[in-house]
Amino acid sequence: MRLLGIAALSVLAAAPPAGATVNVMASTEDLAALTREVGGDRAKVESIARGYQDPHFVEAKPSFILKMAKADLLVVVGRELEIGWLPPLIQQSRNAKIQVGADGYLDASLTAKILEIPTGQITRAMGDVHPLGNPHYWLDPDNGRRVAKAIMDKLARTAPADAAYFASRYADFDKRLGEAEKRWDALMAPYKGLKIVTYHRSWPNFADRFGLDVIGYVEPQPGIPPSPRHTIELIAEIKRQNVKILLVEPYFDLKTPQSIGRETGARVLVMPPSVGGVKEITDYITLFDHDLNLLVTAIKETGAK
Amino acid sequence: MCRWRRDVTAFALAGIGLTVLLPRIGGAAQGPPVGTAAAPAGEEIADLKRELEELRQEYGSRMAAIESRIMALEGAEAAAPQPAAEPSPPSATAPPPAAKFFNPDMAAIGNFVGAAGPSPGGGEPSLNMQEAELSFQAVVDPYARADFFVTLSPDEVALEEGFITFPTLPGGFLTKVGRMRDAFGKVNGQHPHTLPFADRPLVSKNLTGGEEGLADAGISVARLIPNPWLFLEATGQVYQGNSEVFKAPTRSDLAYVGHLRAYQDLGESTNIDLGGSIAYGHNGVTDDTTTRLLGVDATLRWKPLRRSIYTHFLARGEVTWSRWGEPGGALNAVGGYGYLEYQFARRWTAGLRYDNSERAEAPGLRDKGGSFVLTFMPSEFSLVRAQYRRTSFADDDSPTNELLFQFLFAIGAHGAHPF
Repeated sequence: MRLLGIAALSVLAAAPPAGATVNVMASTEDLAALTREVGGDRAKVESIARGYQDPHFVEAKPSFILKMAKADLLVVVGRELEIGWLPPLIQQSRNAKIQVGADGYLDASLTAKILEIPTGQITRAMGDVHPLGNPHYWLDPDNGRRVAKAIMDKLARTAPADAAYFASRYADFDKRLGEAEKRWDALMAPYKGLKIVTYHRSWPNFADRFGLDVIGYVEPQPGIPPSPRHTIELIAEIKRQNVKILLVEPYFDLKTPQSIGRETGARVLVMPPSVGGVKEITDYITLFDHDLNLLVTAIKETGAK
Repeated sequence: MCRWRRDVTAFALAGIGLTVLLPRIGGAAQGPPVGTAAAPAGEEIADLKRELEELRQEYGSRMAAIESRIMALEGAEAAAPQPAAEPSPPSATAPPPAAKFFNPDMAAIGNFVGAAGPSPGGGEPSLNMQEAELSFQAVVDPYARADFFVTLSPDEVALEEGFITFPTLPGGFLTKVGRMRDAFGKVNGQHPHTLPFADRPLVSKNLTGGEEGLADAGISVARLIPNPWLFLEATGQVYQGNSEVFKAPTRSDLAYVGHLRAYQDLGESTNIDLGGSIAYGHNGVTDDTTTRLLGVDATLRWKPLRRSIYTHFLARGEVTWSRWGEPGGALNAVGGYGYLEYQFARRWTAGLRYDNSERAEAPGLRDKGGSFVLTFMPSEFSLVRAQYRRTSFADDDSPTNELLFQFLFAIGAHGAHPF
């Protein structure tokens, strides 16, 4: 009898009735924003990392455990971005639905286009290298579309009664994103091949998509703070290639970038790689609107080529 | 005293009862029906063989396809050194070599501690590879994961911890079975390489078993206590009674640990973490003598999210009361430490610790001390630490001044950081 009761309960839990909201926990605000696009008012979405926080170093605070305990769906960036903090949270959530490999666990990277997948031997001498490829893939709008589609599929499986609703929300997002992409492509068209320097390797997908050429990084190796020798080499390279733009994620110290800027005349741009990085970036599309406008303004002002 | 002993026992036994019962229920609900498994066996084996053959063929052809793609790519790379903008198809996930799929995550952590200055009680050796810790961690099956921590020191090999965790039992009981460090306070649960200092506080040495600490074989059950205000987690543990403090004379004398943790965010940068612990068991002096430990701990953390890799502040205090049973009566001792830590640059952290503790079996003797700790972290995977320690031992006239230094280095899979 008791077994039957538990079986019945688990069936009920797996398929909430129509109109009920799906509780979604996303590891970053970007994934939360994409989930909101698709989930609309049928999904209650929260995120762990803030957009102005380094997503590699998030603290596994117990308050997140409480939120994850109630989640029907967990959406993660994957590619080991969250390896330092998410596994204990998942375990302590005691929530069978969102364990790795369970139905309510979505690794958003699985359908995305991933760059910088290392080939051959990798060691930590290369810094904090991600063996499964660069995890900052959400900075290509086409990956945003792919992730949104994966989220739509998951939401539809979690709440089958609302599948049509999620599909129409996705179609609408896809359309708006397509229009925005035309706008962004037109905006960036004159600057194909523009050389830039970035602090961390956060922008390969962004650069790939919008035709930028990243010629160097402020970090000598991923995750390793700037060293004087590397900085001197970088300054020489920036001068040699006449680079005018230096992108810095909002969670890094500006001291070294600014001294590079003073030495070379390059403009230091604090550019958020995530939704919520600054107040104005409230959703996935405004993330690109904000960043590309910032970039184009700086290009025009510095005469970068 | 008797009453709380009953309570702890009841809580622990209830937890164990649930651990024994619940997996059965879960298994019965999720496992395949037994009836079909007993169906005509010959037919099924033939089916399985067919499936295996199909899989093998499919696998072979896929491998061939992957190989040819790799060769094509290598050829293309050789032909055109320009990084051909290779749009990896959406499904490409760079699988690791097949043989490594089920290997556990492995890491080795070296802990080298050196010491200088006169020390009356011997203290740490001048140069010592204190331990190497090997960890093996992996998911066991859809219901559990396992963690092993083996410590190798120059004289011995020891199982520091080795346990299975069932994270998703019905009822929210996070259950661990195996050898574990007891959930008593903060510092007792920490492995040496996660401590913010090169040694353990005096109170650990005097009251809770020193370097080894409270660690034992047993069963642990932890549950969140739902409430609208804060994070509250209760843990009940039952142990064999075989640690530095507890020694059970017979099979029926177990050791019990209870822990309550409360946590609350005070904004996004600041949080407070409070704990209360109790441990009880036979101490092995005679068959009837027992020891009871009570502990409280409090931690305040501050870490601004926008500068989280550059700065943080932590204040922590722990107090432990020990009631050590002797044939002639119980000895009461108390001790504690207070610790302040400030990260003042991306790679630099400074800490200050105050120690004060009586000795469990000689409560009249009170040792006091203080430490200044400076830690440099070249990366997440290594650190160098210097610690100036001044101790006034109760049975010594003049204070002891020592300098400790430590090298910690980790290789292997990147484990999650404990919070």
